Amino acid sequence: MAQEMTNQNAAQAVQPVLSVRNVGMNFGGLRALSEVNLDVLPGEVVALIGPNGAGKTTFFNCITGIYTPSEGEVTAYPKNGKPKRINGMRTNLVCELGMARTFQNIRLFPSMTALENVMIGRHCRTKTGILGAVLRGPGTRREEQEVVDKSFEMLTKVGLEKLANEYSRNLPYGAQRRLEIARALATEPFLLLLDEPAAGMNPQETEELKQMVIRIREEFKVSVLLIEHDMKMVMSLSDRIYVMEYGRIISTGTPKEVSEDPQVIRAYLGEDSDA
Amino acid sequence: MSRANILRYLKQALVASLWLSFLTLPIMVIRVDTVEQTVTWRWMHLAYMAGGSFVLALIWYIMMERRDLSQAKRELETVERDSALMRFLSDPRFARPLMAFGLLVAVAFPWFFSLYQTNILISALIYVVLGLGLNITVGLAGLLDLGYVAFYAVGAYTYALLNHHFHLGFWAVLPLGAVMGAFFGILLGFPVLRLRGDYLAIVTLGFGQIVRLVLENWGSFSYGPSGISNIDRPGLFGISYSVEQATTYMYYIMVVLVLLTIFVTARLKDSRIGRAWLALREDEIACQAMGIDNTRAKLMAFSLGATLAALMGVVFAAKTTFINPASFTFMESAMILAIVVLGGMGSVLGVILGAFLLMLLPEYLRAFSEYRMLIFGATMVLVMVFRPEGLVRAKRKVYKINVEAAG
Amino acid sequence: MEYFLQLFFGGLSRGSVYALIALGYTMVYGIIELINFAHGEIYMIGAFMGLIVAGLLTSLGWPALSVLAIALVISVLYSAAYGYTVEKIAYKPLRNAPRLAPLISAIGMSILLQNYIMLAQTPDFLPFPRLIPELAFMERFSNYLGTSDMFIIVTSFVVMVALTLFIKFTRMGKAMRATAQNRKMAMLVGVNVDQVISVTFIIGSSLAAVGGVLIGAHVGQINFAIGFLAGIKAFTAAVLGGIGSIPGAMLGGLVLGWAESFATGYISSDYEDVFAFLLLVVILIFRPAGLLGKQRAQKV
Repeated sequence: MAQEMTNQNAAQAVQPVLSVRNVGMNFGGLRALSEVNLDVLPGEVVALIGPNGAGKTTFFNCITGIYTPSEGEVTAYPKNGKPKRINGMRTNLVCELGMARTFQNIRLFPSMTALENVMIGRHCRTKTGILGAVLRGPGTRREEQEVVDKSFEMLTKVGLEKLANEYSRNLPYGAQRRLEIARALATEPFLLLLDEPAAGMNPQETEELKQMVIRIREEFKVSVLLIEHDMKMVMSLSDRIYVMEYGRIISTGTPKEVSEDPQVIRAYLGEDSDA
Repeated sequence: MSRANILRYLKQALVASLWLSFLTLPIMVIRVDTVEQTVTWRWMHLAYMAGGSFVLALIWYIMMERRDLSQAKRELETVERDSALMRFLSDPRFARPLMAFGLLVAVAFPWFFSLYQTNILISALIYVVLGLGLNITVGLAGLLDLGYVAFYAVGAYTYALLNHHFHLGFWAVLPLGAVMGAFFGILLGFPVLRLRGDYLAIVTLGFGQIVRLVLENWGSFSYGPSGISNIDRPGLFGISYSVEQATTYMYYIMVVLVLLTIFVTARLKDSRIGRAWLALREDEIACQAMGIDNTRAKLMAFSLGATLAALMGVVFAAKTTFINPASFTFMESAMILAIVVLGGMGSVLGVILGAFLLMLLPEYLRAFSEYRMLIFGATMVLVMVFRPEGLVRAKRKVYKINVEAAG
Repeated sequence: MEYFLQLFFGGLSRGSVYALIALGYTMVYGIIELINFAHGEIYMIGAFMGLIVAGLLTSLGWPALSVLAIALVISVLYSAAYGYTVEKIAYKPLRNAPRLAPLISAIGMSILLQNYIMLAQTPDFLPFPRLIPELAFMERFSNYLGTSDMFIIVTSFVVMVALTLFIKFTRMGKAMRATAQNRKMAMLVGVNVDQVISVTFIIGSSLAAVGGVLIGAHVGQINFAIGFLAGIKAFTAAVLGGIGSIPGAMLGGLVLGWAESFATGYISSDYEDVFAFLLLVVILIFRPAGLLGKQRAQKV
């Protein structure tokens, strides 16, 4: 819906929320990423697509501190803060800064309830310590109540309010994916990183997910960077798309531009057609 | 159960029993004296072994099939049902009076039972606290600490040495012991906590051994293997009292400490910190990616567990008035771990039950006591295989949501 | 110089036994990522089986060397059977359980086996029959290399060469290497993973039994608790060489043996075990991948 608003020219004028410059990543002799440049602008939905094994998840791991990039600069621009270089920053600090992610192979906390999973997201925005937790004074109680309320609100946003007290291991697959998004949202991010959120969903669930992401973006004024294989969803949801192959960005632009790029067509239909 | 099934079980059990009898034959039957060059044959043992292993194998196979069935069923059902006992225990209408009754029994105990019984109960209560402490580290935060008893030793030696050299009393050292425990917890915890689960277990085991060996060998500091004796019992405003009164006093101190520990762990379990520990246990990477400082959370769990262990160490030294390094072996750590595992990792009620079961049963079933450690070992294996959640499954808090407030 | 040589060969024989036990840890870890805590107990059971068979045969008046050979063979067979059974009872049902479950089960198994031997045999130290005769031609080395040391070194060497050849050239050896690299893939290409795991336990236990009998004969006495310390030290050796690596375990065993031998010989023997534990802690903290191993990236 907001596709026309942002285009390449605007990218230079507005300050981005995330800027990635010449990032490369080596594992021993293996070059997993090289010279990756990528920007996410405020309020944008940006998709990162590419064949399996292109390095998309590695890229996510590089910008969230799970790996330290071998070279290049990753800079985040928090809402009211100074730009911050986040190469190799500890993962929890990246999250605290305001970049929250989901995982390709769902990583919930199985023996905690759905609500508690979201409450974990509130951890870095609250501060009760051991003593406070034991004494449970008025301050702690207020904070705890706020955590519950906020977390429940997030569950409502992803449509899981009825399953709040269910153990997350017992939730259906689609619900688990949405719960991961709620958990990430609870950390109050300015940038939401979604790693294949629609994987394993049927077309109807995928459509609902898409509507949900649009709603969330509007309501929370959050930017979204997503990795996705479902082309229908990517094309209709994203403002801009980056295409990655063999660890390099081979094409970038609006969905229309990208889908007409011969490089992209070759990457998808040529040697690698498994996407 | 159909006849074909029963036959199959019997056959399986027979094969298993034959195999186990063959396996244990030389060790169970033959006893050689290499000095006198004589050999004793104890054929009766073979008969016991064959019979015993047949029955055990039969139970094993039946339970194994039930386990696989219930696992398959669990994958189909989304709603988990508790056992009748658990529903009974977690219903406040029954739980409240039950707790009150338990408290009454605990308070009245020394009036109705002998000194001997009270002493046994004090030991059991010490293990309740040790279990709850290790439950924080292993059960909640998922850090397998195999050197837990080292912190117990730290507390015991803190009191013993300060009492021996400076005549410091129990009440003065109790908080000091806790501080020492926390300090050592952080000191040892800091370097090891970035290690993965199983490596962490081995490193803590190594630390535990080092502490014991140092106590054994550094005679000028710790008085070596002969230990420290004549440690003062807890003082009561300078009043002198008999051994019997001292035991009763000690007992009430322990009851208070147990209640305190239960209160602390129960509150922590459903707090911001407790949730972070649980998340850490379930998935370290996701936990950190959601903004939790893993190192901090681990250190807190590790040192809190250590604090409780050191507290108990002080109590232990005051209770027995004599300590030496032999009380702080790996087997002691393993025993506490068995309590947590049997009771149910993460469950406060379970750990309390586990401590009473494992500490009191061998005391009262004398014939049993020789097989104590054998049974502990077997318990750990069997619980892991058949009921990994332990006696009492840890339950998470159910939140009542105020829908209007949440919007 | 003589003192140095004495420590050198002492360390070498000690280290060979560590290496024999360490191989069991490393192979099992390589395949199912489990610290087989009960492995030290298998070594202890090996020593006990050796003692029982040797005691039985000596009382019948058999010659020492043939007793040693038979004791070794029977001990290896029985220990292998124990290892196999332990895996089936305590680990196999936990293949898909959370990571700590099999480790706790292994600790339980270790305690169970220790107490089983203590109750069925004795809590005291038992003298081990003298099985290794003094060989005449060894006399001129006797100042720094005893016959039993030499015997341990040679036997361990032969066994380890045999193992290396087995892993390298046999079908089962290939299957084991494949399973260690990627269990799922190995299963997909038709490797019987359960069988590979069983064989791994059988081989590891056999090697530990060889170590147990040799040490029993060398030291002259055993009891039910010897497996604990030996197990921890051998595990240290395995980590030292990079856990999962077979040559690493051999190297790690030797390095640990020498380190211990020289440290106790030149520094102090009071803290012999403290030293081993310190090494364990330091290695795990600072170089958990071992001397040869490479750090592996975490899968996310």
